[in-house]
Amino acid sequence: MDESLKKRSRFRRCVLTTDHRVIGMQYLWLGLAAVTCGTLLSLLMRIHLVWPNTAMPGYGMLKPEDYLALVTIHGTLMIFFVLTAAPQNGLASLVLPGQIGARRMVFPVLNALSFWIVLGSLLVLLATFAVTGGAPISGWTSYPPLSAIAGAGPGQAMGMDLWLVSIALFCFGSILSAISVIATVLLRRAPGMTWMRMPLTVWSWFVGACMIVPAFSVLLAAATMLFSDRHMGTSFFLPAVDVVSGHILHRAGGSPLLWLHLFWFFGHPEVYIAVLPAMGLTSALLANFSRRPPISYRAMVYATIAIGVLGFMVWGHHMFVSGMNPYASRSFSLTTIAIAVPSTIEVILWLGTLMGGGLRRTTPLLFTLGFLSMFITGGATGPILAQPVLDSYLHNTYFVVAHFHLVMGMAGVFALFAAVYYWFPLMTGRMMNEALGKWHFWLTLVGAYAVFFPMHWAGLAGEPRHYAQLTGTAAYLAQLVPLQKFISLAAFALGAAQLLFVWNLLHSMRHGRIAARNPWQATTLEWSEAYAEDAPENAQTVMVGGPYEYSLPHDQAGTAIPCETIVERE
Amino acid sequence: MPAIITRTPVDTERKDPGIGGKPPVDHRPTGGGGDGENWDKHPHGRRGPRELLGHYRLGLFFALAGDLMFFTALVLAFYVQQHTGHIDPANDYVLDWVPLVIPPILWINTAIILLSSITMEVARRQLFSEIHVMEEWFGLGRPAVKRAAPWLIATAVLGSLFLAGQLLAWSQLKAEGVYYASSPSSHFFYMITATHGLHLLLGVFALTAALLALFLAKRMEIRQIAVDCAAWYWHTMGILWIFLFGLLLFGQ
Repeated sequence: MDESLKKRSRFRRCVLTTDHRVIGMQYLWLGLAAVTCGTLLSLLMRIHLVWPNTAMPGYGMLKPEDYLALVTIHGTLMIFFVLTAAPQNGLASLVLPGQIGARRMVFPVLNALSFWIVLGSLLVLLATFAVTGGAPISGWTSYPPLSAIAGAGPGQAMGMDLWLVSIALFCFGSILSAISVIATVLLRRAPGMTWMRMPLTVWSWFVGACMIVPAFSVLLAAATMLFSDRHMGTSFFLPAVDVVSGHILHRAGGSPLLWLHLFWFFGHPEVYIAVLPAMGLTSALLANFSRRPPISYRAMVYATIAIGVLGFMVWGHHMFVSGMNPYASRSFSLTTIAIAVPSTIEVILWLGTLMGGGLRRTTPLLFTLGFLSMFITGGATGPILAQPVLDSYLHNTYFVVAHFHLVMGMAGVFALFAAVYYWFPLMTGRMMNEALGKWHFWLTLVGAYAVFFPMHWAGLAGEPRHYAQLTGTAAYLAQLVPLQKFISLAAFALGAAQLLFVWNLLHSMRHGRIAARNPWQATTLEWSEAYAEDAPENAQTVMVGGPYEYSLPHDQAGTAIPCETIVERE
Repeated sequence: MPAIITRTPVDTERKDPGIGGKPPVDHRPTGGGGDGENWDKHPHGRRGPRELLGHYRLGLFFALAGDLMFFTALVLAFYVQQHTGHIDPANDYVLDWVPLVIPPILWINTAIILLSSITMEVARRQLFSEIHVMEEWFGLGRPAVKRAAPWLIATAVLGSLFLAGQLLAWSQLKAEGVYYASSPSSHFFYMITATHGLHLLLGVFALTAALLALFLAKRMEIRQIAVDCAAWYWHTMGILWIFLFGLLLFGQ
């Protein structure tokens, strides 16, 4: 009987728990599962692109609609379940309370609920492969009328419905998680943890959470309207007359462009929701491993807030070629260039922190530098695409694929790796293997550039994206086939390199070197003694200094975390 | 007019390291920036009896902010749809919007929901009336519960009446041949009333939960939280309805 009680309590402790650290790790596992699926799907796409007549073992020939289904689910998995759920919901749950000196979140049950809803959302999304017709084919953006009519394609019936259900669930889950983060930051900061003493990671999670609440609410409204268009005969997003699969369709007359506006009003803030945690993490890790405070803490904070605000004003740059009024394009182009300013401020401040050398070249630092490299390379093409004239040529080419995979995808993933290597001791009490980590970094860095950099050339040459196969292609596109083959091979190499990480992760969990209390000599509170598991329940942290008070020359004896711990005796 | 700003200089304690020169600042009471949040003066631990209530209110406000954004998206779509049209053979831009005549019963529904907000507020205030709260605190009886419960029940009944009235409005429209799928204006009428009605239905559930909490919750604090959060939710949905009603009435 004791045994069963123990078992149940272990189940309660590790699965059905409201402990924010465990929920954070659950989110990270979910992200790992999603990124594995998403990567496998992308590898299938790469195979089909360059060897279109190869039969997939156990499936057969890949049809064009199968390719589009792969595109859709790959995008949805990566954007929502990897780049949002892991860095924003997951990492915030894992370390945010610790970093502000709180022992738990304000609404622990809400936080736990958010994870279970997001998990349900993931399962519903993956279930689309199993239903009749398969997964939806209208891309992660699901533009109507393709997404609004069940007869428009094989996956557009049941598959599309499940996609909408999955997205609606994800909206709920993320909003709950964001409310929990906002309330925790507002209400649970330790005494002395003033706004201008909060770690930059906390700032970025806070701004990200403040963006999630309005952005995902709008997506939820759009999804509700699309669902109604699909099942109740309305025409929010359907034009008055439309030809779908050879049938003329009459509806009351709505606007497909309206969906684009609503979707991208969510979609562009979403990009910043995904990348802001990475930016905060970069500020923190660069400060730690260069042993100096960020050049201007306040500038970083204000730039983060500016990105959060401007992020809501740029959505139209996704719609330059969608038939939007050209005057609107001009104004969105201006705001888009404007948002490059705070991003550039942050980049310059990071580069300034790096100047002068003296870096501790640990794996988390390498991945942070990798983030910086990807963010700059991918970001440099941003102002190019922000020009409506240039975008009208580049929008539907591989150039855009290269742009967002570098600035959002790879940058976000590098930051996630940095976070996992950095906070692994906090999660498990052990260190990850440094040598393997460095191999993993260099292979991933070279692989990522080998995959995504040549896509710029393919795009400039005019190769369109979203196409399963280009038959009877013009000679100029035929010349690009060797390039695409190289990209596919590089993608396999990049995928294989990630096995190093998975092995490192699984092995270090059990057999890694035991970590010190504060292995990176950090000055943020999540490493303080008051936050250790064996700390007394009523220990209260009082912050007495800024978050990144590092000092040169290197003080190997360890940095004092600027806090006092008070334990009141009863 | 020039603004008058009085800055209080930040006190810093400086310890002499004993080697001369400028000693380090090791104690900054207001975060170095002089934010005016003097944390050091805060008592440690819990900050008063209403702390938990404040937490729940804050969480609810952010949830409601998301909710309002949901309706904002619908309202913006409403305005966009109003200006959607097509180009006819004479090359003129013709708007597709056919204004909808709002069933008059909505005026009665609006009156009902306003009344329900008043009953809700009366119920909420019972839970915060100092004498009753003290009496319950000391375990001398449950005057606050006894006084609040009828008002809560009244609010729930009024809310259900409102929902029934909305359904009646729908059936009146349907009798006139105006269905959800009929025209863009009917899309928005049904969509807005349905999503708002769903929120109000959740509100009725919240009222029921608050009523249960009144009798079952052991701590006065929890009873207050249940009623207070239900009340704020209810008021928000009421104000939202006034706005949506105005939109449907005058925005056609």
